[in-house]
Amino acid sequence: MQATDNHPHIRRAETGKLMTGAEMLLECLTREGVECFFGYPGGVTIPFYDALYSHHIRHVLVRHEENAVFAAQGWARATGKVGVCCATSGPGATNLLTGLVDALMDSIPLVAITGQVHSKLIGSDAFQEADTFGITRPATKHNFMVKSVAELPQIMHEAFFLAASGRPGPVLVDIPKDVFQARGHYTPVDTIHLPGYKIFTEGHAGQIRRAAQLVLEAERPMVYAGGGIVLGNASAELTEFTELADAPAVCTLMGLGALSAQHPNYISMPGMHGSYAANMAMTECDLLIALGTRFDDRVTGSLSTFARNARVIHVDIDPAEVGKNRNPDIPIVGDVKRVLGKMIKIIHELKAEMKPEALEQKTEVRKKWWKQVRSWKEERPYDRGHSETEIRPQHLMDSIDKLSGGQAIVCSDVGQHQMWAAQLIGFNEPRLWINSGGLGSMGFGVPSAMGAQMARPDKLVFAICGDGGFQMSIPELATIVSQSLPVKIIVMNNGVLGMVRQWQTLFYNNRLSSVVLEAFPDAEKLASAYGFAGKTIEKPWELEAALREAINYPGPYLLNVKVTPDENVYPMVPAGGAIFDMVFAPEAPVAVPA
Amino acid sequence: MLQTISILLENKPGAMMRVTGVLAARGYNIETLTVAKTLDPDLSRMTITVDVEDRLRTQVIKQMNKLVNVLQASDLTDTPAVIREMILVRVRCPQETRTSVLKEAEVFHSRIVYSSVEGFAIEATGDPEKLDEFIDVMRTYGEIEVSRSGSVGMSLETRKLRLQPPVQAAIPSGPVPAI
Ligand SMILES: Cc1ncc(C[n+]2csc(CCOP(=O)(O)OP(=O)(O)O)c2C)c(N)n1
Ligand SMILES: [Mg+2]
Repeated sequence: MQATDNHPHIRRAETGKLMTGAEMLLECLTREGVECFFGYPGGVTIPFYDALYSHHIRHVLVRHEENAVFAAQGWARATGKVGVCCATSGPGATNLLTGLVDALMDSIPLVAITGQVHSKLIGSDAFQEADTFGITRPATKHNFMVKSVAELPQIMHEAFFLAASGRPGPVLVDIPKDVFQARGHYTPVDTIHLPGYKIFTEGHAGQIRRAAQLVLEAERPMVYAGGGIVLGNASAELTEFTELADAPAVCTLMGLGALSAQHPNYISMPGMHGSYAANMAMTECDLLIALGTRFDDRVTGSLSTFARNARVIHVDIDPAEVGKNRNPDIPIVGDVKRVLGKMIKIIHELKAEMKPEALEQKTEVRKKWWKQVRSWKEERPYDRGHSETEIRPQHLMDSIDKLSGGQAIVCSDVGQHQMWAAQLIGFNEPRLWINSGGLGSMGFGVPSAMGAQMARPDKLVFAICGDGGFQMSIPELATIVSQSLPVKIIVMNNGVLGMVRQWQTLFYNNRLSSVVLEAFPDAEKLASAYGFAGKTIEKPWELEAALREAINYPGPYLLNVKVTPDENVYPMVPAGGAIFDMVFAPEAPVAVPA
Repeated sequence: MLQTISILLENKPGAMMRVTGVLAARGYNIETLTVAKTLDPDLSRMTITVDVEDRLRTQVIKQMNKLVNVLQASDLTDTPAVIREMILVRVRCPQETRTSVLKEAEVFHSRIVYSSVEGFAIEATGDPEKLDEFIDVMRTYGEIEVSRSGSVGMSLETRKLRLQPPVQAAIPSGPVPAI
């Protein structure tokens, strides 16, 4: 069967310009508005890189393919546009895996292009052959193998459409060497027909109305906003809705900044390392309004006790998420931006119909709820305490919070530093907080900051890393310098794989097996070897000046901050426990569930 | 209890793997699987029987429906549906039992598709449980060999097939800019 038969919508008219597959790929990228992509060449992609040589699209040569995906993710997370990365066949393609799964877990729009061996050699264990199509099937939202140059444009545009639409995600296109070299006619693609790809955007009108009614009736409503708000560009709607509903709101690790940290209705992050107020409010609310979120186990703890007194409204674009972990009373499958827009309209209408006395009575009831939530907030705020002799991790994050003023882009790695950063740094807008939430991939911080800084040259961009994760991404310092990116890398150096050490301390009798990171390199020498400015500090009085120096320095800066080694992140909900059963720092009394 | 899932999917390389991958990734063992193209040769119909934990049944169907190549996945288990299977049985039987084997074959409405001095090859179709009985009966006549097709199913409800209509590509068409 001719491969083009799979794509009846390819216009076969030979009117388009004759070009090679490699040129065609660049043509597709241009038409998709790609300005820049990240990659690493190899044998089978040389024809593509050759075409790129005389093309205007910017290609960033990373130092490891995993970082090409993370950088593309940084780009995508900072802008909302599709990130693009490229790798050669075999080892190049397999090096992409972690980043693809990471993007799949966090629903990040991404197109990955991999080279494949010559079509005639596929299946022969040819040099640098790997079954990329097979290996990446469960690592992507969808993947393609291109069989002929004729189907290349259709597939590429479908890939971009799939990556960005519905619940976004990574899409991989595997292209054999001979397809890059073959000549074909490029004819613009005007329709995309994927009959099995169902996108639900509008939400059920009746359900939206019922939800609006519940919001008005609730005595103790609570908004639980997730990464879907950021992905769906629905921050304005979320803000309006939260105000109109007169409800406190939490933003998950993926949703930080969806509601401004400055907003009076904002409580903080819920979950395993969420705040006391957030977790108590989630437990005691009578209506939980879950928006673009997936009831992740790190948020809910034990499901049977999670929001145990609440009715649940769940809005999500992915039908498979609705009812997966918690059966909602009102399921709404749709684009959260549109659904919220409709819900806001209906609430206005319903409010207009209500008698003034009834409205007043509602306000009174809500006042009680708000009082309760505020008192939780005051009772146990996050620990931001400083020490006089050492730099506590909390002190570091608190200082970054103050200096960035909710405006900087913060790309975090994975570990304790990530949790402290999420707790203590406020974000006034979405797309400022960039982290690996679902997969928790160490090595994410530096390359994602690189991508974010490429996309937002106007922004102050921090990469906050642990001493462990940072050492997974050191090669990218060269990329950062080569691209003249003024990224500020802050290493929260506790000398250990802190998050693992914390679990060993709390749950494994402090048997610190394989977590001590000896022989951290001399940060100043490392920085200067790569062409960064850099410094190591360890005294609390040095901190603010050092951060200011890093921020004001015109180029890339590596700040190695030696912090108290044995701090734990609190509060903490032990895995699988009820979220109201938080463990606090030892000197504080332990909460008793209401 | 076994769950029977009927899937309408695109007839494309790798499409079947995506569907079975949903099950394999969750550690489920596929009991039977059949697939063939439909009246529309661009599409295939697949029937899978698998033992999925009750609480995950809808989730598995939803995950299949999410696949780009899948037009519709539906659970036939507790809905009006016909489920049939075909088997081929080779019975070795001596001269004296041949007539009774033929009688049994008739009782089960099966057909003799091959006959020799050593015995028969019999083709039977029907409800999978009925076929189990048929196999049990044939076993009493001697050594047998069996090849089963696996279940093929068809829903008896009229289900609306919700398909995504073609969308306008976001790419500006028009003259190809010079490279
Ligand atoms: C690629 C990868 N390997 C292992 C882990 C498990 N893990 C989670 S946090 C952590 C410790 C991270 O140490 P560090 O980077 O120093 O950060 P800290 O927790 O000390 O702030 C580890 C090993 C992971 N998340 N990702
Ligand atoms: Mg560490």
